[in-house]
Amino acid sequence: MSNWKRICPLDDIPRLGARVVQRPAGGDIALFRNAEDEVFALHDKCAHKGGPLSQGIVHGRKVTCPLHGWSFDLQNGQALAPDVGTCATLAVKVEDGEVWLVV
Amino acid sequence: MKKMKLVLVGNGMAGVRTIEELLKLAPDLYDITVFGAEPHGNYNRILLSPVLAGEMTLPEIMLNDLDWYRDKGITLHIGRKVVKIDRVRRTVIAGDGTEADYDRLLLATGSTPFIPPIPGNELPGVLGYRDIADTEAMIEAAGKYRHAVVIGAGLLGLEAANGLMLRGMDVTVVHLGEWIMERQLDKVAADMLQATLEAKGMKFLLARQTEALLPARNAHGGMKGDDGAERVGAVRFKDGMEIPADLVVVAAGIRPNYALAEAAGLYCGSGRVRGIHVSDTLQTVTDPRIYAVGECVAHRGVAYGLVAPLFEQGKVCANHLANFGIGRYEGSVTSTKLKVTGIDVFSAGDFGGGPGTEDIVLHDRQGGVYKRVVLKDDRIVGSVLYGDTADGAWYFQLMKDRQSVAEIRDHLMFGQNKLGDVGHKGESRAASMPDTAEVCGCNGVCKGTIVKAIKEQGLFTLDEVKKHTKAASSCGSCTGLVEQILASTVGGAYQAVSASDKPVCGCTEHSHKVVRDAIFKHHLTSKEAVFETLGWRTPNGCDKCRPAVNYYLISSWPHEARDDPQSRFINERAHANIQKDGTYSVVPRMWGGLTTPAELRAIADAAEKYKVPTVKVTGGQRIDLLGIRKEDLPYIWADLNAAGMVSGHAYGKSIRTVKTCVGAEHCRFGTQLAMDMGVKLEKMLFDMYAPHKVKLAVSGCPRNCAEAGIKDVGVIGVDSGYELYVGGNGGIKTEVAQFLCKVTTDEEVMEYAGAFLQLYREEGWYLERTVHWLARVGLDYVRARVVDDAENRRRLHARLLDALKNARDPWETSREAQAVKQFIPIKIEA
Repeated sequence: MSNWKRICPLDDIPRLGARVVQRPAGGDIALFRNAEDEVFALHDKCAHKGGPLSQGIVHGRKVTCPLHGWSFDLQNGQALAPDVGTCATLAVKVEDGEVWLVV
Repeated sequence: MKKMKLVLVGNGMAGVRTIEELLKLAPDLYDITVFGAEPHGNYNRILLSPVLAGEMTLPEIMLNDLDWYRDKGITLHIGRKVVKIDRVRRTVIAGDGTEADYDRLLLATGSTPFIPPIPGNELPGVLGYRDIADTEAMIEAAGKYRHAVVIGAGLLGLEAANGLMLRGMDVTVVHLGEWIMERQLDKVAADMLQATLEAKGMKFLLARQTEALLPARNAHGGMKGDDGAERVGAVRFKDGMEIPADLVVVAAGIRPNYALAEAAGLYCGSGRVRGIHVSDTLQTVTDPRIYAVGECVAHRGVAYGLVAPLFEQGKVCANHLANFGIGRYEGSVTSTKLKVTGIDVFSAGDFGGGPGTEDIVLHDRQGGVYKRVVLKDDRIVGSVLYGDTADGAWYFQLMKDRQSVAEIRDHLMFGQNKLGDVGHKGESRAASMPDTAEVCGCNGVCKGTIVKAIKEQGLFTLDEVKKHTKAASSCGSCTGLVEQILASTVGGAYQAVSASDKPVCGCTEHSHKVVRDAIFKHHLTSKEAVFETLGWRTPNGCDKCRPAVNYYLISSWPHEARDDPQSRFINERAHANIQKDGTYSVVPRMWGGLTTPAELRAIADAAEKYKVPTVKVTGGQRIDLLGIRKEDLPYIWADLNAAGMVSGHAYGKSIRTVKTCVGAEHCRFGTQLAMDMGVKLEKMLFDMYAPHKVKLAVSGCPRNCAEAGIKDVGVIGVDSGYELYVGGNGGIKTEVAQFLCKVTTDEEVMEYAGAFLQLYREEGWYLERTVHWLARVGLDYVRARVVDDAENRRRLHARLLDALKNARDPWETSREAQAVKQFIPIKIEA
């Protein structure tokens, strides 16, 4: 059963940046776009102290949390060494310049 | 694309380190083949002494085991010595006939112990001290025989003697010189060391020349070697004296192995300096396809026998092998530490004294402590430490960085921990700290964790420790302490990187200086151009380098390089300070700390309208509205803009505040109009970005109520004008600003302060506060450019004003269509 939801045009997310998606329940989602126009979705809550990852600096396929500098792999939500932790990821796709998310 | 072929001759620390550096830069460029004469992987040769002493085992000193070569796809020929290089066919040939073709050849053939041409030096039981085989032979002899003689009381000789003594032998050290370790120690330190070693049971014969090594039958009894040949039995000196010797270890220096290279027609010098001659790119001067590193090379007439320079060479060599072509090896400053447990000796640089040098000496004979620091022109040129070497790394760093010690001279000898009043910044003794002591307060890393990581992961550099443990990776105030721990844990292998050579981050090997110079020299105006030109390892940098590069671009090419918001930390993108719960704080600018009832009314209205939970007065004389949701930012700014207020930049690596006292406007003691002066300075500097935050203060009289002594630029009014102070800091470690000069008029204050800050903007490294920049370049340097050279001062000031012309309020520009999107979340319905 598919519950894909259209979110926004790709160009509404800045390259090497992010947008916040507010859900009615379950917490905010951070929607990232990297330099290659790949899009990733993570819970907007750092595994360390809950910082908003959407506000971090995006580089390669990674994001660095603005609060204490933990970095995460955007593909699987794993913290990069030496830190240990995971941020949940969500399925996301781009079709005809529109970003879709499973919410 | 077909890979090029790289052949390494010499499977030791220098060669393999170069391969490791190369694989980091260009993992897929070469098919790599390695020849090693010894039947092992790469091991840490400097730890052979602890192995001999029974403190470590061979498996513990392996750096790259055979699995490592396999995992990296490297073809390894161990136990095969290369005997010929055919430069025409570009092939190397080993003794057993194995051949390998090369496109690039790296020679790291190391060195051999020098065995003086004395009769009997070929007898069984006479050894050099170089490799695992020598070490094993010594351990074996120690189990069978009683008398050992070590010829040569240098670093290696003493370590060998100590090891043999700990294994139960009766050891005599014979030395040609007047005192031991004369190349590393002065006589006082050497005598102290000798006395300590004698107390442990070691015997010394100084100023003694060996005439012959005698076989056992001619001396004391008739012991034979394993193969039946006559084994060494005694040592005879020129003065006729003879002592028994069942084992003779010759540690009379090393000779570079250049025979293979010389036979291939590569220039290996003549006369005193022999070795494979290389240029600053570590290419042989004869054949640019052939590189050489390590103890086999002669660079600018120097052959190094310590490990740190070899690592430095490897780094540069790898860069050129990777086709980046950046970086030059310009020679090394070296330091030595004796690896004898329980004895602390450190020496570095030139401690021989001589014309123009001065000595500072601290000598506690009873306590067994001797420290001598040699200065020339207020800079450290050498040091010898005995008994208490905790500050060796610090003196060495000061020497490498050529930092002036004029101002700390009176307490230099008491060490780095006597410098400050706070106890931060590495100013306590790493070696004596318990393992449970917290080193990095930001990330909660204690000493034991760092030491464990260094030992288990084989870390050699500060950056590696930062990456593996997070220590020193946040505020950086514990960097010095972490470096001390590193130095005391890895000993001689520690590479104290000069501050000016430290890479910006893991994405590049280039330092801030190289990046900054390249941006200017090649007129680079985008981060893509920088990453391309300097061969960045990552596609678009990381959270460390992108903000630095962005700053260098916009400060080098104002109005031309485009500012990239995505390369800025969130605070500078959102023009507000992110708080721990993800809300933001807003600080309206109050020029010089002045406000009006109308402004206060507007602030009060905004605080109520947006339900601001906390309103606080800051240290910089501003009002801080804390706890604002990001999506409300554009609206609260619009309201504050409407009341005539603009952004206070309380969030940026930028001009923060100019703090003022009430000055001669009101104060009965005031000599100058401090508030007026402060407002003028703050207006001049509006929207100025810098390597780090910049704070100013103006006081109207020497009572200095605005606390100008701890600001980046402090202005103190006096009856005849103003005194200017620079480089103060009230943060992690309180630093008192230094006197720059005295001026008369308000216009001069603006010009001098502006020129000083522009010089900092142009030459400071990203995240370097003015105090650290000043410590690096020296106040004299700054005075010469800002105070003494009037023309240069005017030009600096003009460049600052030009960079800041058309400055706009970021609150206003953030409300424009594209920019405002980042503040507004996308809402999805249930």
